[in-house]
Amino acid sequence: MAMILTSKGEMDDALLERREGEIDNEVEHTTWVEHWYQGELVKRSAHVTIKQSAAVASGEAGGW
Amino acid sequence: MANSAGMALNFKFELMTGIHALGPGTGVPVRTAGVADVLKAALFLATATRVPGDAVYNNTLELAASGNYTQGGKTVTMANVPSLKTNTGTFNPTANLTWTALTSSGAFDCVVFYNSSQSNKQVSVHTFSVQTIVAADFTLTMPADAAATALLQIA
Repeated sequence: MAMILTSKGEMDDALLERREGEIDNEVEHTTWVEHWYQGELVKRSAHVTIKQSAAVASGEAGGW
Repeated sequence: MANSAGMALNFKFELMTGIHALGPGTGVPVRTAGVADVLKAALFLATATRVPGDAVYNNTLELAASGNYTQGGKTVTMANVPSLKTNTGTFNPTANLTWTALTSSGAFDCVVFYNSSQSNKQVSVHTFSVQTIVAADFTLTMPADAAATALLQIA
């Protein structure tokens, strides 16, 4: 019996429905894991990897 | 070989190390040699309106100080030195940021990096898919440390 922390305190993992998801696009790669108990979300983790950066185009120094 | 106009390549990353202080000196802060500023990362609700044009960090619609979240965010580890990669000045923090055993006060989709050593001046804003965390970890991983992907780029 594995106990995990949820919004309802420690719960037996076997009682929970586990759902996983993923987004992978040019902005991010994100995965998440949800645990549901009797239709209620009681635990949700996420891992976001940033792909899109804050870029500044400096251009070139002007000529005359 | 002909002359070629352009911004000095090293200038692009030297800006991020505080080497240059141009202009008449107004606003140039006092610095201690060899001591970097403190970079922090804060999470904002999806209802917030954070944009790159914001001058400084503020906590309007930041995650509430509950569920193991501390307003003001986390200090970012900065082991990488700003550098020039393929003619692009880059800076990329080295570590993941993890908020442990978090229960977010609402759905969030934004992290703001800001300089808490320099009057909380904003550094960058990054958005991602809307997340809600319940009694679990939220981990933010930095992009690959390369010219086209580093967290901060001056191309």
